[in-house]
Amino acid sequence: MSRLRDVSVDVAVIGGGPAGIAAATRGSEAGKRVLVLDEAPHLGGQIWRHLSRESLPAKARTWLERFDRSGAEGLTETSVVDLQDSRVLAVRWNEEVRVRAPHVIIATGARELLLPFPGWTLPNVMGVGGLQALVKSGASVVGKRVALAGAGPLVLPVAAALARAGARLVVVADRTSASRVLRFAASLAGRPGELWEGVRYRAQFAGTRYRWGTRVISAAGESRVQEATFTAGGRTWTEPVDLLGAAAGLVPNTELARLAGCEVRGGVVMVDALQQSSRAGVWCAGEPAGVGGVDLALLEGEIAGLDAAGQPVPQSLQKARDAGRAHARRLDLAFGLDAVELPPPETIVCRCEDVPCSAFDKSWTMRQAKLYTRAGMGPCQGRVCGAALHAMFGWAPDSVRAPLVPTPVASLISTLESSDATT
Amino acid sequence: MARILSILVDGRLLEVSEGITVAAALLNAGEDAFRDSVSGRPRGPVCGMGICFECRVTIDGVRGRRACLERVSPGMRVITRE
Repeated sequence: MSRLRDVSVDVAVIGGGPAGIAAATRGSEAGKRVLVLDEAPHLGGQIWRHLSRESLPAKARTWLERFDRSGAEGLTETSVVDLQDSRVLAVRWNEEVRVRAPHVIIATGARELLLPFPGWTLPNVMGVGGLQALVKSGASVVGKRVALAGAGPLVLPVAAALARAGARLVVVADRTSASRVLRFAASLAGRPGELWEGVRYRAQFAGTRYRWGTRVISAAGESRVQEATFTAGGRTWTEPVDLLGAAAGLVPNTELARLAGCEVRGGVVMVDALQQSSRAGVWCAGEPAGVGGVDLALLEGEIAGLDAAGQPVPQSLQKARDAGRAHARRLDLAFGLDAVELPPPETIVCRCEDVPCSAFDKSWTMRQAKLYTRAGMGPCQGRVCGAALHAMFGWAPDSVRAPLVPTPVASLISTLESSDATT
Repeated sequence: MARILSILVDGRLLEVSEGITVAAALLNAGEDAFRDSVSGRPRGPVCGMGICFECRVTIDGVRGRRACLERVSPGMRVITRE
């Protein structure tokens, strides 16, 4: 049965991506006892996901090595299921982990916005970043025909990485219209580094056209995807594929922050200049405070880590963070989701419960959709369909409850609220 | 080079590289149906990061493990579509 591990630290960091690594490193360097909890086998998050550190870019290696030297501790393969006041409850295999920490930094990253289309439930249809995550975890794409249909800055590096990994890119598509992209490109004049990086990625799959204003409308196959159909400017065509990566952008993971009672507006955790949330003792850094990419996540993590450790935060860090935020807003203006077209009625929307689009009435709320159709009641707890339904019908997410992640042990353990009597 | 180790997937012996995830090992072996949906349709990994729960399999007797979050280990027994 489940064993119990009780830990007491000064700072608990939830999420071991760039924001969490930077926060923990700064906190630990300031002399605090810091523990990072992450679900993955390695610290690093999605962008620094790796099999061996040698494969990582220099910046990632530098930060991970600095983290190691700082003395901060990391607990991987650990899922946080509850956060109340200064107590964190997590599960690690058959072990229950309880962490007491007066300071908690939420750095839970983002997930992909996956919009339903006919055939999106077939095996080998994945997210754009999902496909990349699997490749980084050791999945081979050598010689495979791969199509990407995404939105925004993630598509380019993923296409480049897949080409390097030996995939045959048959389509690289971005639903953003060319006119929006041109307006954005003009605003990049002050950031030549970014343009140059884009050119470098682009060169790695020079044989494949990058199609703006193009999206996937269906996928088909016997027991796995075999072909995908795309549409652009009134033209529709089908390509044979072995793998399809499809997504429409990123969604901040705010479930833990909401569970902890932090104010969330427009899908983003509200923070002040020092990354403090509305909840005393809880900071938030990186994508949950607004999608902004790795450099911004590092800055926000540093600020949160320093402040949580009671250290002064240099003005230079805050200024760089503010500039990064402003740039993230420009990116969102350029690549943010336009109006979403509803898929055909029979298309499955909730993958956990196999609920088709026709089951929903747009006059409902998310709560009603859950009650009437079971959408969002499965193991993913609406993390996939909730974001899609929000994009399709404008429904705000329903309230969050612990345990945040269903695990075999989570069914055996109590949540923090109900366990008060026993501690 | 990574060390090679053996795992059992639905009774079939697979030689896989140390350090990769169970999801990667299954995909590399051509096993792309990890589970059956509530209406009996095959499903495989989607998000690759533990969010969607589509890649859940039984690992060493424990049901509902997310294959994308778990690394292969010597002698590991994986059962799909249970």
